[in-house]
This record gives sequence, structure tokens and C-alpha cells, in this order.
Amino acid sequence: MKLLVCISKTPETTAKIAFSDDKTAFIKDGVQFIMNPYDEWYALVRALELKEANGGTVTVLNVGPSSNDIIIRKGLALGADDAVRIDTDPQSAYYTAAQIAEYAKENGYDIILFGKETIDYNGSEVGAMVAEMLNLPFASYVSKLEMTDDKAIVSRDIEGGVEVSEITGAFVLSAAKGLAEQRIANMKGIMMSKRKPLKVVPPSDVENPVSVTGYSLPQGKLGVKMLDPENMDELVRLLHEEAKVI
Amino acid sequence: MAVLVYAETQGNKVKKAALECVFYGKKVADAEGAECIALVLGSANGVEELGNYGADRVIQISDASLDQFDSMVHTSVIGQVVDATSAQTVILAHSSTGKSLLGRLSAKLSAGSVSGVIDVPSYENGFTVKKSVFSGKAIAEFKVKTDKRVLTLSGNSFKPEEIGTRVDVEHMDVTIPTSSVKVIEVKREEGTVPLPEAELVVSAGRGMKGPENWGIIEELANELGATTACSRPVADIGWRPHHEHVGQTGVAIKPNLYIAAGISGAIQHLAGVNNSKVIVVINKDSEAPFFKAADYGVLGDLFEVVPKLTEAVKKFKAGL
Repeated sequence: MKLLVCISKTPETTAKIAFSDDKTAFIKDGVQFIMNPYDEWYALVRALELKEANGGTVTVLNVGPSSNDIIIRKGLALGADDAVRIDTDPQSAYYTAAQIAEYAKENGYDIILFGKETIDYNGSEVGAMVAEMLNLPFASYVSKLEMTDDKAIVSRDIEGGVEVSEITGAFVLSAAKGLAEQRIANMKGIMMSKRKPLKVVPPSDVENPVSVTGYSLPQGKLGVKMLDPENMDELVRLLHEEAKVI
Repeated sequence: MAVLVYAETQGNKVKKAALECVFYGKKVADAEGAECIALVLGSANGVEELGNYGADRVIQISDASLDQFDSMVHTSVIGQVVDATSAQTVILAHSSTGKSLLGRLSAKLSAGSVSGVIDVPSYENGFTVKKSVFSGKAIAEFKVKTDKRVLTLSGNSFKPEEIGTRVDVEHMDVTIPTSSVKVIEVKREEGTVPLPEAELVVSAGRGMKGPENWGIIEELANELGATTACSRPVADIGWRPHHEHVGQTGVAIKPNLYIAAGISGAIQHLAGVNNSKVIVVINKDSEAPFFKAADYGVLGDLFEVVPKLTEAVKKFKAGL
């Protein structure tokens, strides 16, 4: 099986989010960047498990500048066979998806895996776009994936439950919690990752349909109002009269 | 010109998220001097009520094969309706279905897309909309430069109001492609409002000490008409079902009221709930970081506080 795992780079979960004075740029100084957790913990690890069980290859792909090589090497250290970096900034979901689709269509993958969303822009768009661009089925929010001889059985997280379906042929999926368990790269993997191939590909010419024009911070809480634990009638009164939520 | 709203259905009925989208779609349509068209795929009943919430027209393609969701098939059909109606803006719910369609439609229509929009568009500097980013820690304004655009609307951003009247449901002839996806089973808890749609949520964490103690949380939720949720550790050790987990790796929610009992409020948990309108935190640890993100706090033992709160809600409801 030929598997492609698309990974992206995001600020780590606890990073301080701050913007330039004119509120048009995210300040990256001092922010630690990581491989997007959904891509790493679930999509990549499940791809590696499938390869271990059925044979095949796992390629990691990133759209980004050379400073992203560190997270790509991490993917290789975890067990991917080779890597591709499309050498351009991921300017928008559409732009990024078009780059990935252009590369993937030449290479005929059985499954293309994404994390369900990145933890920075929370867009959840790129996987679906790639699926449409390649005219493939798309299974989103997949928390379980089993392969039979000719079919994939996927469980998708839907509102308040799970939907189980069968997919025939190549497809694209986005990975949710439950699909696999996070792995830690071992020393051997890290040493081997340095010798594994990382191919750098020039970007395709794609028009960017959206751009971010500015950022703001959400209205902060005014501060917590502490209530007497003996007097829950007062809390209910406040929720009704002041907050107007019940 | 038209604003096309994909009105999601479940179990033969229009979902609440669909009403929100239609209501929002009407606002967008008014701003654009366009008509608001609601589109229903599959055999749901009562879809004419979408007119009450702002749809000028309702189109239903009631082919039974559309009752099962395949993003590829649904995208093809929606694309045909976009062409037939000359729709410029397509609006979907920010749900597992809507999000699966958003990217596909963007690619199909070569349209700019924004997911999880929280406000009406501005037209001052081109078409711009706001969405929450960095897991709720910031808001970004996106500009869409293409003529066509596709948006998902973040749940609970608008309260749908009855602003229109029932309209006759139209049919439209489309070509439905064959699907390579076969839905075998849908396992869903019936009778409760799913978390992403819930306006009131009662959530609990490790402070509960064990799954057998959840009765007091369920009682409070029942009294309020709320949906129950939980923190990650509790779902991981199997005290509560996986779909109840709210937070960074679980479900992100935006209810009007989020009551958290025995949850310390780690940043990963806050990432999933910090867009809640009002947060009540019940915890016996005054150092719990959640208090800093709360509107109302109760410092005390949840096993005493929660039943008292349930009693107070009962009393309140009886007096209404």
C-alpha cells in the first residue's frame, strides 16, 4: 500500500498568541513550533501501523519553507520511509491543497491522510479540497480504520455518535483522536531519519483565493464572580437575570 | 444572484443548525441584494418551515440515495444547484457534514472558503468575515477574493428567529453520481441534543472520582435540559463515552452556558470551551486555573454543590 501523510507545522498548544501592532501578523518570535498533533499522533501513526501490518510505503509531505525540515525529519524518525517538501509558504487552505493535489496525482496513493484540522487555523479544509481536486472519496473525522482485502472500513465521528462506512478504492481521510496512539521516536529512528530521502519540489502556480486581513483577541472575561456554595439559588438567579442564559 | 444555504437534516428532520444557517443566509442575502435559497438533500419532512426562518425559496432533492452522506456525491449535487441558481455565496453548518463539504465545494467551484464563521460579512473592503483561530485564543478576519465563496457558520452564533413565512418546496432535476462509499451503520445517542448543537452543557471531570457518581451530573443536566460532556482524562479512562469529550482533541463547543464540575481547566480543555458565552466553574481547589476563565465560580465540594444547584434549578423552573 502506498500511503501519503500530509503534515503541517503549528505553534504548540500552550504558545502565547500575540500579533504585530497593526494586528496583521502573528508574532512568531519565541513561539515553539511542532508537527500538528492530529497529523502526527493519529494520521501518521495509523499509516505506519498499516504499513507494518500490510507492507507498503509511507511518505510524509509538507508544504512549507526549509525551516520546516525539522518537523519533516521527525516524521521520518517516527518511521516514514521518505519525505517531500513543496517549497513554498502554505498561504491558504486552497493554495496548500492545490500544491498537494498536484504532487499526489502524479504518484497514485492508496490513502492520503490528514489530521482533522490544524490547531492554529482550525480550518478542516485541506483534506476535503485535495479529495475533490483528485476526485476521490473523503472520510472525515476518522477515529477507526480497518483494511480488508478490497475495502476500507472507517468510523467517522459525527455529532453525538459514530458513522461506520465501507469505501472501495483509493480515498482521502482526516484523522481524529482514537485512530491511533501517539508514538515517541526512538534513537534508532532519529539516527535513520537523517539518511532518509527528503525531496524538495518547487511549487505550482496557484492563485490564492483568500487572505487574512487582520487579527483581534476575543473579548476577555470580566473576572469571575465567586458565589456562596450554600446559596445556589443566587447562582440560578444570576444565570437567569444577569447572564440571561436560562 | 442567490445565497444558497445547505440545510442539514437528520432522521428526516431539519436540524437546528440548518435554521441558524438559513437565518444567517437571509442576512447575507439582504446585504447582497440576493435571494436566500435553502437546499435540502434527501427525504426529510417539513422542510417548508425553512421559509419561516428566512428562506425565500426551498429546493428539495428528495432522492433516497442522498439520505446517506457521501461528501463526493453531495458536492456534485450542490455544485449543480449552485450553477442552476447562479448562487454566489454558499453557506453550510460548521458540523462534521458541513466541514466535509466546505473544502470540496471550494475546490469544485474555485471559490474561496472560510470555515467556522462567527459574524455577518463586511463588504467595506471586499468580502470579509471573521472566524475564531488558534483554538479560540484569537479571531482572524479573512478576505475572500473570488466571486464565489463558501462558508461554514459556527454553531450557536445566531439565534434563528421566525422572520418569514412557509414557502412551497420546489424540486430540481440533477444528476446523482454513484457513490463508492457505503454507510453500514450510524450509532448515535437518540433523544439528546448533540454537544455541538447544545445551548446548555453540564460537564464534569476527574473530580467525580468514578463513573458511578455521574448521576448528580445527569440530574442537573436533565433539570436544565442540558447535554452532558466531560474532560479528556475521563473519556480516556472510559468513565464516559468518547463523543462526550470536549477540548482540544475532542469536540469544540460554543454553548450559551457551560457548567464545569471537577475540571481543573487545563489549556487543552479551555481550547474546546472558551467560546462558551457563560462559564460556571465548580471546584474545591481555589487554585484551579478554570476559575480565571469563568464568569461564575463556586469554591466547594461538587458532591454537595451540584445537588444543591439541581434543587435550585428545580425550584426556579417550578416558579416560572
